[in-house]
Amino acid sequence: MISVPPGPPTGGAGHFTWMRPLSLSLTPAELSTIKLSLKLATCTMAISLLLGSPIAWWISRRDTLPRRLVAAVATMPLVIPPTVLGFYLLFFMGPFGPIGKIFKALNLQLLPFTFSGLVVASVICSMPFVIQPLSNAFVALGERPLEAASTLGAGTLDAFLSVIAPQAKPAFLTAAIMSFAHAIGEFGVVLMIGGNIPNVTRVLSMQIYVYVENMDYDRAHILAGGLVVFAVLSMLAMQILNPRQTDKTGERAHR
Amino acid sequence: MKKITLLLALVAILVPSLALADEFQVAVASNFQAPAELIAAQFEADTGHKAILSFGATGAFYAQIQNGSPVAVFLAADAKTPKKLEDEGLAKAGSIFTYAQGALVLWSATEGYVDDQGQILKTGDYKHLAVADPARAPYGEAAYELLRAWDLLAGLEKDQRLVTGENISQTVQFVETGNAELGLVALSQVWKDGQFKGGSGWKVSPDLYSPILQDVVILKAAENDTAAQAFADYLKGDKAREIILSFGYTLD
Repeated sequence: MISVPPGPPTGGAGHFTWMRPLSLSLTPAELSTIKLSLKLATCTMAISLLLGSPIAWWISRRDTLPRRLVAAVATMPLVIPPTVLGFYLLFFMGPFGPIGKIFKALNLQLLPFTFSGLVVASVICSMPFVIQPLSNAFVALGERPLEAASTLGAGTLDAFLSVIAPQAKPAFLTAAIMSFAHAIGEFGVVLMIGGNIPNVTRVLSMQIYVYVENMDYDRAHILAGGLVVFAVLSMLAMQILNPRQTDKTGERAHR
Repeated sequence: MKKITLLLALVAILVPSLALADEFQVAVASNFQAPAELIAAQFEADTGHKAILSFGATGAFYAQIQNGSPVAVFLAADAKTPKKLEDEGLAKAGSIFTYAQGALVLWSATEGYVDDQGQILKTGDYKHLAVADPARAPYGEAAYELLRAWDLLAGLEKDQRLVTGENISQTVQFVETGNAELGLVALSQVWKDGQFKGGSGWKVSPDLYSPILQDVVILKAAENDTAAQAFADYLKGDKAREIILSFGYTLD
């Protein structure tokens, strides 16, 4: 176990000093950012599972070029900086952008500076974390369970819900935890299209950024530390809830 | 053999930086981006020295400099921050001077939206007003002064109509893309050669906010850097002044 000893307090304005006692209680404004982040993560998880499951299913059924293309597009957010996505949302979905104009004509709310905007962006960013584990699991299950189910007279949806979903439970758990945890940490796109409005778009990661930029390092430490603990716990939860996954990799390593 | 390759690689990396020793870093407040780029190009043509510019919020640069960022010259958006750096012993003593005085403008990307008294700010049914973060962007601070003077701040905050850009450039971007109907930004960002580059705007009456004196400072680490000193001096020259004035700044 290696522990990093805190360096000597350097003093001077703006330097974080470990000697100072920190107030661990959260201010109402901070609580609001945490609530907002949890709300964003919950919405993201629910929507990306609902959208991602059928896509993952479709991708995993047959290996064709169009399906590979969809798989590639759905995985792309992994390698695209969220700022790029934020930039497109700001330009194309703003009132002067082509999509924004359609929204306006349909009398829909524009996405920038709204909570729904953050959800849309966050769902896009979370897609790879849902599609990857699910389509892998669906491929691993193969055709047989579904064929058996349809022999017994089950429709596609029925077969999916009563046969496939329970068997792919570990993958669903992984997808749920990953999309939730990822949304908690969503930042780049929030910075680009959020507008930092309290109770609307000022999520936890944004608040940490504002604290750091304004050199309020004490408060930044409290929130950032909390986020690290959350991240470790959620990844740990995934490992504990999903023992099969570790077994499988273990097996593979032995072969 | 491997060691020799490594050594050669190191030499290859180091030699160009030695040859270009008269390069130096300049931190520029976002509102001054366009004039700074023109001035730096002119400066390089005249002297051969290369100023490497980076842009951001004044407060953010202050934090970076405190934490050892290798900036030689800092063009701040206020007078307060360079003074603080000097007081903390991080600046070259006596190097501070005002290179431009900025102006706050109420601006919209839509033609004819902003009236010539700025009354739209009080009466308009706009959904969003974009401002910069007052905690680290002096133009954000000036915007808040105006909103307080007109008793609008509390209402706008309550109705969640105030959107905050990370720096003044992002604030302009919010307005340019139409996502915010109105913004309180730096005149220099939307002004060129005596007129608005587009949209409509009102130059906020100067008695509604404290003067935005933008000071430049040479940092301690570049105390003996002649190129950095030459750049600071160049800002006072006629060529630089002409560029600065063309963006709507005033000079004494």
